Amino acid sequence: MSNKDPILELRGVSKSFGAVQALYQVDFHVAPGQVMALVGDNGAGKSTLIKSIAGIHTIDEGDIVFEGEPVTIHGPKDAGKLGIEVVYQDLALCDNLDVVQNMFLGREETSKLRRLDETTMERRASDTLATLSVTTIRSVRQTVAGLSGGQRQSVAVAKAVMWNSKVVILDEPTAALGVAQTRQVLDLVKRLGEQGLAVVLISHNLHDIFEVADTITVLRLGQNVAEYKTTDVTQTQVVEAITAGALSKVPGHVEAEVTT
Amino acid sequence: MSGTTAPVDTSDAAPVGVPSGGEGDSLGAYARRWWAGVRSGELGSLPIIVGLLLIAIIFQSQNDRFLTAGNFVNLIVQMAAITIIGMGIVFVLLLGEIDLSVGYVSGVAGVTAALLLIPDGAHQFSAGPAIAIALLAGVAIGTFHGLLITKIGIPSFIVTLAGLLAWNGVVLLLIGDKGTVIIQNSIVIGFANDFLPDATAWVVLILGIALYAGILLVGFRSRRKAGLPTEPMSLMALRIGGLAAAGIVVVAVANQDRGIPYVFLVITALYILWTYVLNRTRFGRHIYAVGGNTEAARRAGINVDNVKIACFAICSMMAALGGIVLASRLRSIDTNSGGGSILLYSIAAAVIGGTSLFGGRGHMKSAVLGALVIGSIDNGLGLLGLSSGTKFVVTGAVLLLAVAVDSISRKGRASSGRA
Repeated sequence: MSNKDPILELRGVSKSFGAVQALYQVDFHVAPGQVMALVGDNGAGKSTLIKSIAGIHTIDEGDIVFEGEPVTIHGPKDAGKLGIEVVYQDLALCDNLDVVQNMFLGREETSKLRRLDETTMERRASDTLATLSVTTIRSVRQTVAGLSGGQRQSVAVAKAVMWNSKVVILDEPTAALGVAQTRQVLDLVKRLGEQGLAVVLISHNLHDIFEVADTITVLRLGQNVAEYKTTDVTQTQVVEAITAGALSKVPGHVEAEVTT
Repeated sequence: MSGTTAPVDTSDAAPVGVPSGGEGDSLGAYARRWWAGVRSGELGSLPIIVGLLLIAIIFQSQNDRFLTAGNFVNLIVQMAAITIIGMGIVFVLLLGEIDLSVGYVSGVAGVTAALLLIPDGAHQFSAGPAIAIALLAGVAIGTFHGLLITKIGIPSFIVTLAGLLAWNGVVLLLIGDKGTVIIQNSIVIGFANDFLPDATAWVVLILGIALYAGILLVGFRSRRKAGLPTEPMSLMALRIGGLAAAGIVVVAVANQDRGIPYVFLVITALYILWTYVLNRTRFGRHIYAVGGNTEAARRAGINVDNVKIACFAICSMMAALGGIVLASRLRSIDTNSGGGSILLYSIAAAVIGGTSLFGGRGHMKSAVLGALVIGSIDNGLGLLGLSSGTKFVVTGAVLLLAVAVDSISRKGRASSGRA
């Protein structure tokens, strides 16, 4: 697929919640500088997968390999230390805090007397936004409540990439956005790839995916059903894989032997 | 976009000292932005200042003793306890929680301190240890509340409602058959009944102004060094001048009478401490985050439970301190300690001052300004010789008015996209 080695790789990852098998033998990998789209219908296991990577769920079996080393991730802080950042669908920004305060939330810089180092934080926040060419935010001291959907998404993404992160996972970043704002966010996603980050993009919008993604991994009912290079495939083929991709194990048929 | 149509946000949320306008903005530009903010619902402390002016005018016209030096000193002492307890309330309100137990927690602390000070020879404590034990009791109570709320998941309303009953019971149990305990310790009594020598008050004021000016200047220089937008020097001069003018008036007026009560120093010190904690430390930032969006705070790796427990502990500790101040003012404790209007006045102070009940918005100054409003009304109606009934009705109406102003201004913010 990519000429580079994957930075994040999942091998045979399974996860069940009681009787529900949410993920079954999922493989997936993403390389630096690559935008990988993760697609699948509702209930395909996309959210479970990213929550497993973020350390919110623990996996039942399989390996998570980061930079060639198997790792265990026990929580968002572990993931952050490795350089994996997740931007959640519901944003996880505090409306009552300003842009700088949100970007540094939980990782504030302090100087002597445990005093918050506002000057350094404001400088770094402005620089990060500038690096990502986010120019629509007029003041980094505005509260997030006053920002548009696209601006908020930009802040959430900037927050994720500020920490020397290597892998950024975006959960439906354009779901609630208008045309112009979607444009902003897609441009931002492209820039992340160009800057050498590995990007995992979860989206229902195939048009967006074909515009920014290098590869597409399709999940169906908790299993990998297909993996494509964006250039080698049409939207129709991807839709077919999402809705009718061949499964190696049919849910409900415990001993089912399905050959493809 | 011009500065007047899209003002820099000066909302109540976790403020930083300097709103970032463009570099080299003039004082006029700041004033225009501030006014545009007011019009779109960022009222700040404006309604309270207007309210206080109205209160002063109304009461002074009814009774010319209202605006006298003696009454001013009385007012400081009268409002001290609810100011201190209200400061604690701000912490839990910022989380979007409530503490209904502060009245009787203050009672428990007041009674504890008073009992430890009874000169009966056997186990009499001196003032320091007695106060420390009473404060620790407050911390322990708050931690206990916090643990029940976070670890078991009982709503704070219920936990502290149970606390309201139970700590009232503890007050009665502690006092037993003593009825009223007179406090004889001169240090404890001195809190609310002794006054700073005139010269000392001036020295303290000058030190305070110098400190404030120093903080502003250091902040200004570090921002300029980092190439960040700074506020104009003239605005800074205005801030310092404003504080100096207010301080000079307070000290001059109080010195005409008995002077500045020691408890005023205590309140000022607490105000500076907690403002620093809320605005300039990670812990403070995390309080605003938890109150604004608990889930976001959790995902940012903040230990939400610990933040909440700490806030409830601070709230109860401040209640305990308020209880000691109250006992000091009355020179005694009795079975009514912590009862009456203390609880509701303290919560009302924080809310009238502009701290939102829904969490994430508010300042330490809310407690002080709100307590000033409530204290003035209470004091003024007292001077007019009106009954407690009238006082409660009027204070209730003011509380309602304050919350109404807040709700209307929030609608204004929402319609201008800054909810």
